[in-house]
Amino acid sequence: MAIDFQRVAPRAHQARVGRKRSLWLRMHLDPWLLSILLLLISFGLVVLYSASGMSASTTMAQASRMGVALLGAVIIAQFSPGTLFRWTPLAYGGGLLMLIAVEIMGDIGMGAQRWLEIGPLRFQPSEVMKIAMPMMLAAYFHRRPLPPTWRDLIVCAVIIGVPVLLIARQPDLGTSLLVTCAAVFVILLTGLSWKFILTLGAMAGAAAPLLWINMHDYQRQRVLTFLNPESDPLGAGWNIIQSKTAIGSGGLEGKGWGLGTQSQLEFLPERHTDFIVAVLGEEFGLIGMCTILVLYLLLVSRGLVMANHAQDTYGRLLAGSIVLTFFIYVFVNIGMVTGILPVVGVPLPLVSYGGTSSVTLMAGFGILMSIHTHRRLLTH
Amino acid sequence: MRKRRENVKNHEQEVRVFRNRSLVAALIILLMAGALVSRLVYLQIIEHDVFITRSDNNRMRVEPLPPRRGLIYDRNGKLLAENRPTYNLTIVRERVDDLDTTLQRLVDILGLPEDEVETFRERSRQRQRPYQPALLVSDLTEDQIARLAVNRYLLSGVEVEAQLMRYYPDPIVMSHVLGYVGRINADELADLDPGNYAGTHFIGKTGVEYTYEDQLHGKAGLRKVETNARGRVLRELDRNPAEPGKDITLTIDSRLQHMAYDLLGGRRGAIVAIQPKTGDILAMVSAPGFDINKFVTGISYKDYRALQENLDLPLYNRAVRGQYPPGSTVKPFEALGALQDGVVKPNDVIYDPGYFQLPNDSRRYHNWLRWGHGRVDLERALEVSNNTYFYTMAYRLGIDRLSAFMHQFGFGEVTSLDVQGASPGLMPSREWKREKYNQVWYPGETLSAGIGQGYFMATPLQLAAATATLANRGQWVRPHLAKRIGEEIVEPPFADTKPDVQIDQARWWQDVYKGMEAVMNGSEGTARKAGAGLQYEMAAKTGTAQVFSLGQNQKYDADELAERLRDHALFIGFAPVDDPQIAVAVIVENAGGGVSGLGRELTDAWLLPDGKLEDPPGTTVNEEIESIDGD
Repeated sequence: MAIDFQRVAPRAHQARVGRKRSLWLRMHLDPWLLSILLLLISFGLVVLYSASGMSASTTMAQASRMGVALLGAVIIAQFSPGTLFRWTPLAYGGGLLMLIAVEIMGDIGMGAQRWLEIGPLRFQPSEVMKIAMPMMLAAYFHRRPLPPTWRDLIVCAVIIGVPVLLIARQPDLGTSLLVTCAAVFVILLTGLSWKFILTLGAMAGAAAPLLWINMHDYQRQRVLTFLNPESDPLGAGWNIIQSKTAIGSGGLEGKGWGLGTQSQLEFLPERHTDFIVAVLGEEFGLIGMCTILVLYLLLVSRGLVMANHAQDTYGRLLAGSIVLTFFIYVFVNIGMVTGILPVVGVPLPLVSYGGTSSVTLMAGFGILMSIHTHRRLLTH
Repeated sequence: MRKRRENVKNHEQEVRVFRNRSLVAALIILLMAGALVSRLVYLQIIEHDVFITRSDNNRMRVEPLPPRRGLIYDRNGKLLAENRPTYNLTIVRERVDDLDTTLQRLVDILGLPEDEVETFRERSRQRQRPYQPALLVSDLTEDQIARLAVNRYLLSGVEVEAQLMRYYPDPIVMSHVLGYVGRINADELADLDPGNYAGTHFIGKTGVEYTYEDQLHGKAGLRKVETNARGRVLRELDRNPAEPGKDITLTIDSRLQHMAYDLLGGRRGAIVAIQPKTGDILAMVSAPGFDINKFVTGISYKDYRALQENLDLPLYNRAVRGQYPPGSTVKPFEALGALQDGVVKPNDVIYDPGYFQLPNDSRRYHNWLRWGHGRVDLERALEVSNNTYFYTMAYRLGIDRLSAFMHQFGFGEVTSLDVQGASPGLMPSREWKREKYNQVWYPGETLSAGIGQGYFMATPLQLAAATATLANRGQWVRPHLAKRIGEEIVEPPFADTKPDVQIDQARWWQDVYKGMEAVMNGSEGTARKAGAGLQYEMAAKTGTAQVFSLGQNQKYDADELAERLRDHALFIGFAPVDDPQIAVAVIVENAGGGVSGLGRELTDAWLLPDGKLEDPPGTTVNEEIESIDGD
């Protein structure tokens, strides 16, 4: 095996850890991360109960789903980064094959095709790519001297381009952008020079019209509606007008739990999935919104700290990308619901009702804990 | 090997770079979070008022509460117009999974005609507010409602809505009195108070329903409700109740009304009966009538065409709009005019050779009896309806005085208080002819007017009103249909009542009455057959009106033609003479004559205690309607 994890002398920080935390380390769990996750999930369930129209069954279903996802994270955390590293090409290659399978089935069937059914399981290969993509890039850079060269970037472009184009063709513009985001964060964290970054940014800006040309009508409609939601208040603009009204009418303290008229009287569409934050804003007000934002920021901070404690390039880049992408989810969702970003189908992480994205997110946090807690085991 | 060494060499630098990048990322994240927070502050603090208003507007709606329309009763408290709950089928498109399947199911379940469904499809293609129920079928039968209830689980988005609808238990005989309500049209809407009519779908179109629309309608109320996004009302926040419309009691006696309708026996004609002292219109019949219930729900084009093309003109209210030459029925009034103006005395005798000639004119104006009645005084002139006598009176009076005097009895004027669409008839005069035709008045035309022919036109209501005034010895009481509106009793004196007819000598009334009594009981009386066995004193006058011409576009077969060219038969009368209780006017089109019996039967029924008046068989009427609807 060509992988070569560095033997690093324990740092001063590690010396401070002491016996009290050694139990957590031995269980490969991070108490800070887990606490913040549990707080977020609990708050999310409280909001969901109201958003689902006081449906105990919906709330219980989501709670058990989050429980399973959390268990998944704990299990993933038990695998060492070395194991994850070895599985990386398999995850990426498998994800790519499944995307191709979806593409072929989409041609046979009709219209949008995102799901793959294997026996009783139904899942989205694009979700796999959200994790497999940063893993693959981190693994690539793990063996390369940093900062990356032009040659490295061309290789990266291929690694990124093929699956992203396949996802975009499904068509799932939101996910393809998020997967690209995860990849770009890896590259940015390698220490790519600012000159490169600016050049690439300018190129991306130039490519935007190309993107517009290749968009589906409904995607263009979303962008146009974002630019002027009042143009079609009963049609495409309805969602955004109602969510802004919900949040705005919440004021500082909110209307109270279960008392949001926009949410409870069903003016707000998709109130327990993508637009759940509007329920939060209406019923818990600015205070509630700031609370959840602080929780997200704490989670991200803890994640960045953990990434900085990673002992090798692979772990560092992967952990950093996972954390930054997580924040992008939060930003895109809240931005879209408050009307500063176009409507793309991105759920609010850990709060929106739904299974697939929670599982992916939790897997990411599992990887994060694995990278963080397997430091001592690096000595073979 | 070289790579490895590089990795090893760059490790510390990598960590440092990663830390720097993390810090930059953290900074950017803070900026982005700051952007979100400022957006939230903008929405939730700065623009909070705008959005709280918008959210309230979303959920709160002010709904009009339409008032219950007042009921209409006859003078004995029999219900003539009521409000019945009907059930309409509506569809909310947004809640229908598959419109085509749902419509097909409805066709199967209810047996709807395909064209109705097609019209609905056409209408539903137009863009409309989401979650608004669209009407598919109105007035569902109980059977249909039951079938819908059973199949409800198959029909999401399909709902049955209850609505109060006007219903007339006695629709044909009462048709021209009551009129009917119908859906408010665009023209009417422009003139209505939008607040008061916000929840009202129907408005009085004709008849009493039209005249007393304001009173019957009532005042709309309001309620503030909270609704969900689908427009379903969740709870009521505030309520300002509607003020129901006032119930109206009519002067009509439905027993007499039915009797009058039956007496016409399917012929075209009109009967109006008035209580002279009060001006109460006891019966006002125009035959044939029509089913006013059909107009409430919206009459089908086919049915409406059939009514319009019916040669008997059932939609035409003959009683108040029918303009007939009054014929000899004007003679009692004319006689009073001649006495008042001193052109004749009651006992003056005029010789009738069978015709009248104007001075210096060879043309002969014939009496109806070609060989003449010989010596005729006022009483006999009325009894035998002598034309020559009245040609003479008209000639002596001249058209100016004749016209002015007849106006005192309401000819050429609308005298009724609340009868919708009443026509003034036509009392010709010199001025009228000059204005209308730009021609001078010819003396011969005065003679025609003197026997109620020529330009002279009167409606049955006018004849009845004039007769009632005659019975009242000239005292005017405006004829009216409403007896009580809510708590308020409608009684004379009424505003704008015509001045009483001025007759210098009271006994002249008596002289005219005597002549009119002789019509019924004299040996030569024109209505002596009808007057046989009278148990009270009755004053009356018969008349015939020539049918001059037929409309250009009317087509009749030969028998029909002969029938339609016959004279109209008229009759006026009142009784008892010394204490008048009832005044009637009867017109039967193309009857030729012999309608005095109708007048006699009505006065008998009204005056005699042996109970000839019977309650109209209400149930029978209802069955009749239902069998018509069923066809």
